[in-house]
Amino acid sequence: MRWQTNPLLTVEHLTMRFGGLVAVNDLSFQAGRGDITALIGPNGAGKTTVFNCVTGFYKPTEGRLALAREGVADQAEVEALTRTPKRRAKSATCDLYLLERMPGHEIAWHARVARTFQNIRLFQGMTVLENLLVAHHNTLMMASGFTVLGVLGAPSYRAREKEAIERSKYWLDKIGLIDRADDPAGELPYGAQRRLEIARAMCTDPILLCLDEPAAGLNPRESADLNALLNSIRDAHATSILLIEHDMSVVMQISDHIIVLDYGTKIADGTPKEVRDDPKVIAAYLGVADEEVEKAEAEIGA
Amino acid sequence: MTVEAQKLAATGAVGVGMAAMLKDAFVAALLTFGLCFPVVLLHAESDNDGNLYLIPRPILVAVLCGLAFVGRFGLSLYQARPKVERRRVVAAPKSAVWLWLVRYASAIGLALLFIFPFAAYWMLGSAGSLKWINNYGIQILIYVMLGWGLNIVVGLAGLLDLGYVAFYAVGAYSYALLSTTFGLSFWICLPLAGILASFWGIILGFPVLRLRGDYLAIVTLAFGEIIRMILVNWVPVTGGYAGIASIPKITFFGIPFVDEDGGFAQVVLHTEYKPIHRMIFLYLLILTLALLTNFVTMRLRRLPIGRAWEALREDEIACRSLGINTRNTKLTAFALGALFGGFAGSFFAVRQGFVSPESFTFIESATILAIVVLGGMGSQIGVALAAIVMIGGTEILREMEWTKRIFGPDFDPAQYRMLIFGIGMVIMMVVRPRGIIATRMPSIFLKERKAVSADLVKEGHG
Repeated sequence: MRWQTNPLLTVEHLTMRFGGLVAVNDLSFQAGRGDITALIGPNGAGKTTVFNCVTGFYKPTEGRLALAREGVADQAEVEALTRTPKRRAKSATCDLYLLERMPGHEIAWHARVARTFQNIRLFQGMTVLENLLVAHHNTLMMASGFTVLGVLGAPSYRAREKEAIERSKYWLDKIGLIDRADDPAGELPYGAQRRLEIARAMCTDPILLCLDEPAAGLNPRESADLNALLNSIRDAHATSILLIEHDMSVVMQISDHIIVLDYGTKIADGTPKEVRDDPKVIAAYLGVADEEVEKAEAEIGA
Repeated sequence: MTVEAQKLAATGAVGVGMAAMLKDAFVAALLTFGLCFPVVLLHAESDNDGNLYLIPRPILVAVLCGLAFVGRFGLSLYQARPKVERRRVVAAPKSAVWLWLVRYASAIGLALLFIFPFAAYWMLGSAGSLKWINNYGIQILIYVMLGWGLNIVVGLAGLLDLGYVAFYAVGAYSYALLSTTFGLSFWICLPLAGILASFWGIILGFPVLRLRGDYLAIVTLAFGEIIRMILVNWVPVTGGYAGIASIPKITFFGIPFVDEDGGFAQVVLHTEYKPIHRMIFLYLLILTLALLTNFVTMRLRRLPIGRAWEALREDEIACRSLGINTRNTKLTAFALGALFGGFAGSFFAVRQGFVSPESFTFIESATILAIVVLGGMGSQIGVALAAIVMIGGTEILREMEWTKRIFGPDFDPAQYRMLIFGIGMVIMMVVRPRGIIATRMPSIFLKERKAVSADLVKEGHG
């Protein structure tokens, strides 16, 4: 399996507590490079919390999140980096980051992890094109000499800005919104806003794209388009995908690897076929038969 | 439903609405009565022997209640007016002159601004033009500049700053202290004042980074007061309430405006000395400073930093997910806003020749913020228009001598400034809640620049 031989993200013993509530409990999994990894589970299972830990919005209570931006990280290297106070180790074989030590914006900028949100977070009052250009912030900021060259109107900055616009146009073309580039993002229909959010995340040139319920609220045709878009992102852009999804038609069709969470713990991990046939997953999703509950209660002597 | 039935239903609704409106207006009148009852109804007056008399003024109260009734009723009628679909007017072919005017509007406006003091001087003479250049020209331009500076923080980055006057004060005292203590010239002090003010901007920025909304507003308000209290209490340095007097006057790049040999009039103009020369120079200086503020802001809006500010106003969490360092972005907004406030402050000091804490009270912050909000947050032209209305309006009130003929010789219209201002604010809130210019212009476009409606644009977290 690719997630075992060439993991991009290795999550070990991740625990997130909010006061007395344990949202994620000792979770370990790996996401393979070039895979679409799906994180599924019933409502309140802790999926979004895992996302927030990976993208730096929460600082995990315990655990290690190692991301190998390039190459294959071997366990000894990860251990060595963990013992130092540093966030990053670059060696001949890999470029390794410890995400739990980094603030959110640095995870996006240096470790190249991009994300979308469950409730769409576009810059509604800005145009579609502006939304995509904001995603080029860091590269353009460098090109504008931290604003100084930009204010003076340096040609080198103009050239870089033109490149950013070209890249934005490429993505607009890909999500079919090129004709609406100058419209405010808040005026787009729901499905288009979802696609735009994915395109905006892709404009940061990510190595790992985290999608929080990308198919929520889409009709079947839009879902099919989304599947095609995600497949092309994986195949043509060397971007691995980690996604949370409830829509099983999306999950089963496009995922290479599925992890199932329930009450903050992992209950299954494997290929779509393995997960579908797993009795624990079926129990978590559909509930358990009454006689099984009675049997369990009899065993513990209730 | 037939057309007649629809009409009937509409009139029925109006009938029901009318009763509610009358009731609403009556409540407003009742409230006014409650407010007026002790304060306006009983007027205390003392005679020469120190005896106090209470003079009841029932008619005045009745008039005020009546005004409240009519005003509230009119407002309800306005709000309930039938919504008429505005038809898209087919653009009539415009004349060539009109098109030319529209195309060069900003250039013409700029030229007029530069010509204004000379035209005033030519038409009204030295004494007559002083009022126009100083009270209208310079005074309005200072507030235009302050409005544009605050617009970076409030309009673009969406951070509500109620203590902007602090940076104005830092700029003014920087020039006052540096010039009186070390004898530095204005041209050296101007950038220094800006740098010091932006330094204070960063100092304010750090503790408030995590605050939003009301909390941010309160802390910035407190910051403004802290700066003022330091100015009041640090007597050995700032002179306390007495302030700093005899600050060196502006020079023409080293040549003073004085009635002596070596003065500006003699050396440069070869004419006799007139005080108006200095005024015209001050006018051109503040105009240049204000235009610089505008130029930099317009440029920044098209740069990644400006887009990041606006993105921050729209959604801070999304910004972080895109790798934008929100801390630095907020700090640059505070620092740049403060920079221009500092420039304006040091100009204020050189113009007045005297600074004291009285000039930097909360009401100044409120005025500048009102200019930004009234103008339409983020809109440069709107802010300039609002400054003209607010500051120019105050000046005009001072000049309305004819009101004395109506209300008697003791009447001073300028005393009603705040009342008129309040009514104006209420009217604006009803008619144009998002300011004079309520649309946002995108910073970049592929095919066509379309204005973004204010309904979509967020106002920021605070």
